[in-house]
Parts: sequence; structure tokens; C-alpha cells
Amino acid sequence: MPALSPEIWSAIRLTVQLAALTTLILIIFGTPIAWWLARSPRWYKEVVGTLVALPLVLPPTVLGFYLLLALGPDGPGGLLAQSWGARTLAFTFEGLVIGSVIYSLPFVVQPIRNAFEAMGDRPLEVAATLRASPARAFWTVALPLARPGLLTGAVLGFAHTVGEFGVVLMIGGNIPGETKVLSVAIYDFVETLRWREANILAFGMVVFAFLVILSVTLLDRRLRRRAK
Amino acid sequence: MDLSPPLRTALRILAIAIGLASGPAAAEKTLVAVAANFTAPAEDIAAAFAAASGHQAVLSYGATGQLFAQIMQGAPYEVFLAADAERPARALAEGLAVAGSGFTYAVGRLALYGREPGTATGPDSLHLGPGERIAIANPDLAPYGRAAIEVMQALDLEDRLRPTFVIGTTIAQAFQFVETGNTAIGFVALAQVIGRSEGNYWPVPASLHAPIRQDAVLLAAGKDNPAARVFLDFLRSEAAHKIIAAYGYDAAMAE
Amino acid sequence: MSGDIIEAAFEDRFERFTLNAAFTAPNRGITALFGPSGCGKTTVLRCLAGLERVRNGRCRIGGETWQTPDTFIPPHRRAIGYVFQEPSLFPHLTVRGNLLFARRGQPPAGAAETAAFDDLVSLLRLEPLIDRNPERLSGGERQRVALARALLSRPRVLLMDEPLSALDQEAREEILPFLERLHRTLDIPVIYVTHDLQEIERLADWLVLLERGRVIASAPLDRVLGDPALPLARRRDASVALDAQLAGFDAAYGLLELRIAGATLRVPGTPPDPAGPLRLRIRASDVSIALAPPGPSSILNILPATIVSAQPQGATDMLVVLQLGAAGEEGTRLLARITRRSWETLGLALGQPVQAQIKGAALAFA
Repeated sequence: MPALSPEIWSAIRLTVQLAALTTLILIIFGTPIAWWLARSPRWYKEVVGTLVALPLVLPPTVLGFYLLLALGPDGPGGLLAQSWGARTLAFTFEGLVIGSVIYSLPFVVQPIRNAFEAMGDRPLEVAATLRASPARAFWTVALPLARPGLLTGAVLGFAHTVGEFGVVLMIGGNIPGETKVLSVAIYDFVETLRWREANILAFGMVVFAFLVILSVTLLDRRLRRRAK
Repeated sequence: MDLSPPLRTALRILAIAIGLASGPAAAEKTLVAVAANFTAPAEDIAAAFAAASGHQAVLSYGATGQLFAQIMQGAPYEVFLAADAERPARALAEGLAVAGSGFTYAVGRLALYGREPGTATGPDSLHLGPGERIAIANPDLAPYGRAAIEVMQALDLEDRLRPTFVIGTTIAQAFQFVETGNTAIGFVALAQVIGRSEGNYWPVPASLHAPIRQDAVLLAAGKDNPAARVFLDFLRSEAAHKIIAAYGYDAAMAE
Repeated sequence: MSGDIIEAAFEDRFERFTLNAAFTAPNRGITALFGPSGCGKTTVLRCLAGLERVRNGRCRIGGETWQTPDTFIPPHRRAIGYVFQEPSLFPHLTVRGNLLFARRGQPPAGAAETAAFDDLVSLLRLEPLIDRNPERLSGGERQRVALARALLSRPRVLLMDEPLSALDQEAREEILPFLERLHRTLDIPVIYVTHDLQEIERLADWLVLLERGRVIASAPLDRVLGDPALPLARRRDASVALDAQLAGFDAAYGLLELRIAGATLRVPGTPPDPAGPLRLRIRASDVSIALAPPGPSSILNILPATIVSAQPQGATDMLVVLQLGAAGEEGTRLLARITRRSWETLGLALGQPVQAQIKGAALAFA
């Protein structure tokens, strides 16, 4: 494999950090959201579900534009940034994490929600009749049963964050080591006709995406076999 | 011939319909690929062109690089108004454009732009406060980004400012960063800010950077379309120059 | 005493029916909730468990109040064991894991309790299955594990929702003996939902009859089965189920002598291991009536009885309730289905002493 420049390594490292942190946050916050969406009897839960799903269909430019406003001095992000004397959350790693969390939210929540829904009420009812409190039932029954969904969500969330381009481009500012992630680096290489580097990274992404989709498919098959 | 009046009327309507479908022989269409930054002036020019010549210029907008890629793939554009001089030169070199048809139709001017009053008044505005950043277009991709670097070099500020760069892919994005308040100032195209009532800007003297030439060429597809040639001629006219200058570009220089 | 009874009353409107079910049953033995599908029996059971919360409900079991219009104890705070219709083992746990789940969150197991665990495992013959995953068990095995798991949570009442209906005949026959044994060895009241009359005849002590969300009878099994006013007695396969005492065994002919109130019956069979009560099933269509003891007959059981009630069944039949024993004696009641023609030809009437001829008394379990 040809040696990669420090610039590329920095982009790879940054991308992995961003995707890992985003995935972690999404699993922690996405799981309760998925649980609520799967089990709440409230009529407005589908409204919330639709909001969660919106990033699936919105063009990244729309999200990026609103994020740029939200992270900036006129939005909540800027207000937060001002508390440590900064002007904006845009162009920062933290800003990218916020953007990625929103952008990848449906990719994590949806599989987990599906897993919770596929499980049905029965396992939880069984747990209750065996004196398990709702909390214990959640940790010892619902979560283990939803494990394939959690895994699928984590893999998809990670992969989707790695592949994210439009939003990063709009709120990142292309700062090496801070916001210049792989997809942006590839774009730059292509645009500046450095096709050797572009090729290496782009091919790497193709292989990565292939492995991700394959593993999700296999996981999904396992999930279904289990459900039988 | 002795035709009844209704039949005569019908024939007349038919003749008009056929005439509309094929268009008057003198009025032709020409397809023009226009760099996105030149959108507004191009529309005015196309209107003036139609009034003056009777021909119609159909405009397609896009990033110069993307338009060029489409032209390479055989897009049916007849005229190419690029945002730089490189792409038209390559089109000529690769035989995609008619030899000798290239010229500079506009020269871009750079501006330092700030949203808040008093933030972009002159070279002094480039002395940033702590934690502040400056937005520029990607110097590797956008001519305005390269020009911004040249200005900083001329003012001997490049090393100081480089760590504060926030880089937009296009000059439009650099403008967006400033306009949304995410950076206090940024180098943008004068054409983007010249008519604006809000914000303030410093028109960077043309002497601080190499001219940002925007060249036009007649593409191979338009070789035999008189309307395409007439449009290019019109682009060099006094009328077109006025429009171009009004939008914050220097009007064409001699080749 | 209120500690010895189960009191329940549930009222609510559901999509498909209105529930208005109230009954009282003894807090011991097996109480069956019986009725056609859609009558609300499963809903009542779920209400008892707290899995369903109806708008207006009361539930007291063995002196513990679980629901009043103002209070509702959630299911995980009720000392219930629940066996669902389809075996609902946790697929992510082994058999042992499933069983231990019922024990977690309870006081640490002492020696006695470990013994109880082992006893239950051996009672339900789970030793060979203990380290398997549920997916590798047959339906009957899963239901056995589910039953053990429910019992290990140390319930004060065991609720069972048609635990056999999802199983094939073979698996049913595999489970039923366990249920009967449980009945005799464990002192836990059971509330058992079913729509299968055979299961009731074999298992139930008390019967709660439901119809379209209402309780139409709640009484000891033989009373409900033998009450001509209730739909069970009017079925073509109507029968009575009786607990009998083993009085003797004629080894030469393989006949058991079984004592019931007012009579002793001879029934083919082998003596069961424990000398506890045996359940007999006598179909109405197997009982005929004679005015006087007939001459020599192949029928084994010909018993003196009195006609207690009679009513027409359809155009051709009469359903007759007979009380065994001499007049005035509180003997066992049997159902007899005879033709109206016979009724009139013999000139039968209420209070008349007759002979009940039982063609086939059968043990309710083979």
C-alpha cells in the first residue's frame, strides 16, 4: 500500500474519532428515543418519529444550512460557544459531532425501534409476571433481545457518519485536524486533480461501505432467525 | 383563388401556428453555460441581448468545474462563460472550443465583507481578535480563494491569518459563513455584496492580487450557430460592459 | 374468611366486547375460567395479573388487595405465576437462565429453596434440558419450562392462559399429567383459562362460566356441569366429572371399585399410584333410565336414583338430572340424555325413583 501523507492520516483519524463519538452518543440517546417510539401509546409519537426520520430525506444542504444558523452566533450553538468566549460552534469538532448526531439519528434509531417493536409486549409481560420491575425488564430482557437492532444501528450510524459529506462541508470549514474529514479530503483531491490520493481513499471507502452493508445484512438475517 | 372566409381564417391560424413552432428564420437560440457567480449579470445581459438582436440566449448555471466536466462529456452548450481563465484555456487546448474565440469578459473583484458595521473597512480589519476566524474560498479550487491568499501575502499577513482560515468550497460558501455570523469577516466576491444594504465591505484594490479573469469561449457545438457568435460579440459591447461593471466586475480588458 | 377466597370484578368497554365480569372462587384448587373464544376469559385473567388495567376493577386474592377503583398494584408487585398460551421463554437465555430469572430479585436462596428448585426441575423432568436454548426445545418442553419458571417465582396464585391450546395432542398428553400432579403435590391455587371441556373435566375443581364478557356461573365443577339451566349441560357431549375414592380393585377382571356419594361404581382401569381421589367422567349420552332393575344385563353399573329435574332438549330429547342413592339422600347428580318418547312411554316424572344404567363410566385420565 502506498504511503499516505500525514494530511490523509489526520483526516482518517479525525473521521474515525467523529464516527465513534457520534455512534456512542447516538446509542446512548437513540435507544431511549427508540424505546419510547416503539412502546408509547401517545398519538404524537409518530410526529416525533417523523422528525427523527427527516434527515433521511432532507438534502444535506438543508440540514447544513440550518445547522450553520443554529451553531452560529444567532442560534443556540453560538450562545453556548459564547460561554467560553467563542463566536460559534461551527468549524469545530464539537460542531461536527452535533451535526453528525442529527444527520445519523434515523440510521441508529430506526433499527433499534424495529427491534423493540418486533419483540412485542410478551417478553416484558413475562418479565413483569416474574416480578421484574420495568427497569430490570428493560436491562435484562428488552436490551438483550434488541441486541441485533442495536448492533445494526451502531454499524449504520458509524458508517453513515463516515460517509457524511454535505453537512460537514457546510459547517466544517475544512480545517485540517479539526473538521477536515475523509469525505471532504476526497472531494478536495478530486477537485484539485490529485487523483492518486483520491483513488486510494475513494477505493478504501468503497471497500468499507461494502463491508458495512454486508455485515448489516448478515446481522439482519440473524435477527430474523432469532425472531422465529 | 376563391376561398370562403372561414376557411381562409383557418388557414391563416394554421400558418401562424406553424410559424410559431419553427420560429422566425432570423431569431435563433443559443445555449450558454454560465458560471454561477455570474448569474445575475448574465440574466440582464441575456435580456438586453434579446432586445438588441432578436435572438434568445438560454442560460444554464453551474460551478465552473462542473460545467466544464459536462462539456467534456458532450453537453450541448454553445457558449461557455467561465469563472476563471483556466477552464476555457483547457477547452481550447482540447479542441472543445473554437480556436481564437476566447476572451476575458469580466474581471472579478475581491471584497472583504463583514456583517456587523465597522468590521470590514480596510486592511486594518484583517487584524483579528482572539479566537476569531476569517472565511475564504478554497484557494486550491476557487480563483477568489487564490486571490485572497495573494492579498494577505501582499499585506504580509498570510502567516498570521492562515491558522484562522475557515475554508468554503466555493466563494458562495465563504459568503454564507460571514452572512450567518459564524465568522466576523471573509473574503468574498465584490459582485456578491455590491448591491447589499446590510453589512459593510472593503473593495480590495485590484493591485493587491493578480486579476481574477473570467473568460468566455465559443464551444464546438456553437460553431455554426450565428446566434452564439452574435451573443459573444454582444458580450463585448458597451451595453454589456455597463451591466458587468454595475455588478461589481471590472469590465473586459483587452486580450 | 376473606383470606380463603378470590374476589374479582372487572368492568370496561373493549373494542370487541364489553367486560362486566364478577365472580368469587375459593383460593385453593384449580378454578377454571371457561367460555367460547371471545368471551373475555383471557382478559379476566390478564386483569387478575395486572397485565390489563380496566377502568373499573376490583381484585382481592387470599386477603391481598391488588386492585380497587383507587389502587392498582402493577403486575411485577403481585405474587403471581403466569403461564402464557404460547410458551414464552426468553430466547436469549438457556433453560437454566430462564428458571433463574424467576429467582432473581428475591431473597437469596437458602438450602430449602435450592431443594425446591431441584424438586421442581425433577418434577417437571427438566434435568436433560437445563443447559439448552429454548429454540432447541419442543413445544411441550418449552411449556414445561415456562410452568417451572412461573412456579419458581413463588407465586401465591398460578394463572394459566390456555397453556395447552398451542400444543399438539401429543404434547398436551405430555403436560396434562404434570398439571394433575401439580394439583395434588403443590398447594398453590390455580386459575386456569380454557375453552376445552376435556381439560376442565380432568383438572378443574371450580368453574367460572363466561359468556360475552359476563360471568353466568361460578360454582363447584359438578354443579356447573350438571346444571341443565347452563349451556354446558345442553351440549351434545355434556357430561359430569366426579371425584371418586378408590374402594377396591378386582385384579381378576381389571376393575376398579370407585365410591362416589350415593353409589359405588365399577370402572375398568389400573389402580393409580397415590390413593387420592380419582376423577371420573360420565357422559349424559351414556346414562339410560329403567323403571326397575332389569334382568341379567351386560351393563356393569345399575344404580338406584331419583329424578331431580328434566327438560326437553330440541324436538326429540329430554335432559334428565338424576340423584344417586336412596330418596332423600344427598347423592351424586348425573346427567342422562334420553328420548322424549322414552320419557313418555315410561311415564317418568319428577321425584320418581328409577334405575340409572351407566354404559361407560370412564376415568377422566387414561
